[in-house]
Amino acid sequence: MFAAATIAVLITMSLALVRAMLGPTVFDRILALNMFGTKTVLFISVLGFLLGRPDFLDLALVYALMNFIGVVAVLRYFQARAREDSEGQEGG
Amino acid sequence: MGIYSLLSASWMLLLDAPDVAFTEAAVGAGVSTVLILVTLFLTSPVDKDSGRKRLLPLLVVVITGAALAYGTLDMPEVGDPNAPNVIYVAPRYLEQSPSEIGIPNVVTSVLASYRGYDTLGETAVILTAGIGVILLLARTRRKDGPVARDPPRSENRLSLLRVVTGVLLPYILLLALYVQFHGDYGPGGGFQAGVIFAAAFILYSLVFGYPSARRVVPSGSLRFLMALGLLLYIGVGVWALLEGGEFLNYSALDPHHPSHGQHLGIFLIELGVGITVAATITAIFFSFARRTQP
Amino acid sequence: MTALEITRDVLGWVFLLGGSVLSIAGGIGLLRFPDFYTRIHAGGLTDTGGAGLVMAGLLVQSDSLLVAVKLVIVLFFLFLTGPTATHALARAALTAGVKPLLAPESEEDDPSTT
Repeated sequence: MFAAATIAVLITMSLALVRAMLGPTVFDRILALNMFGTKTVLFISVLGFLLGRPDFLDLALVYALMNFIGVVAVLRYFQARAREDSEGQEGG
Repeated sequence: MGIYSLLSASWMLLLDAPDVAFTEAAVGAGVSTVLILVTLFLTSPVDKDSGRKRLLPLLVVVITGAALAYGTLDMPEVGDPNAPNVIYVAPRYLEQSPSEIGIPNVVTSVLASYRGYDTLGETAVILTAGIGVILLLARTRRKDGPVARDPPRSENRLSLLRVVTGVLLPYILLLALYVQFHGDYGPGGGFQAGVIFAAAFILYSLVFGYPSARRVVPSGSLRFLMALGLLLYIGVGVWALLEGGEFLNYSALDPHHPSHGQHLGIFLIELGVGITVAATITAIFFSFARRTQP
Repeated sequence: MTALEITRDVLGWVFLLGGSVLSIAGGIGLLRFPDFYTRIHAGGLTDTGGAGLVMAGLLVQSDSLLVAVKLVIVLFFLFLTGPTATHALARAALTAGVKPLLAPESEEDDPSTT
């Protein structure tokens, strides 16, 4: 049963990847990235069970953390850029 | 880029190398992404033409690369079962580790004890890289560069992001400590823990603003910590010397029970690695972030 | 097979299958929904929900307390960060000016400005 779940998660990951490549706006891509990250966490967890090595969970936890930080970072970046641009227009 | 790193980490997992996957996940997905973003913010999208042709550096790089490639010709093929390290070294580590060192995680025992010199060198390299970055980015920002400020007051002091991050941060630090000390038994250890620790500070800085982050971690303390870790590592080695053993031979630390000495030595040097890595990565991030301030 | 083992396996299958279906549905939704904000619904909801179910499936199948506790921790973390990330994302998109598909054409009709 773990194998089935693993495959399902992999499928979802590739779907998210497609959206990441397509997504007309950058926010679509960020959404896809977030989803990809969560799915990876799931993937690692299920894989851990599949291979009989539950210490993979520690890794899954760290991964979840990094995914979150990554998304926050990207958002801050775009926010800062947007503020930058609007200030440039006001002043320039 | 985050996705690529995730894929690499998954692949490493499949190859049954969780410690490496761990480090890859922590560094590649989190820290590298953040650093690249800050760099993107600070630079303009268009390349500036530097004017002069840089021939000499190119030559140096090419020659060094060629020399290194030539050196690898002598090495055995990847996966060659007759390679010396497979016949002599690896089995010895795998067989002797339980009795000589006695911690379940062989990766840690190899990294921290059998190959302790390498790890010492790596830690020194990390420290040096950090110092390099700090020096390179030390110039104050020119007036016309991009600026990022603390999030404006219009963003609620109690916005969802802030609240959730605030709740999470202590647990992230706890996770870092867990990974640091659990490295003997499961995947983990100094490097990974250091990265997670730094990630907590980076997250704080991202959500609450660089000036607030700076108030929490002054640069003086940061630099002190960067060096402290490495010093700790070297200190352990010297202690072994003073006890009559070789440099970094942890068995000498406790002459009556060599494996206790090993445990103590590994514990201390992992701690040293963790401290230096955490401080250095945070310092690198701060160096970048500082450039976004007026 | 004892009754407990059977129950565990059945529950495990149900949860894992449910979680997988939910996740895939979310992935499809991500691709087929017409605009960004609806996609957030598809993505965020199924992400967290699917993760919850899958983790529940793993929990039921776990062999030791330590593993179960870790699973709960990861789940808790996902529950906390997932919605936060999508919230922050939606907010950022809104301030950046991304318009929903059915945005009102004139200022009068727009409920958020009256």
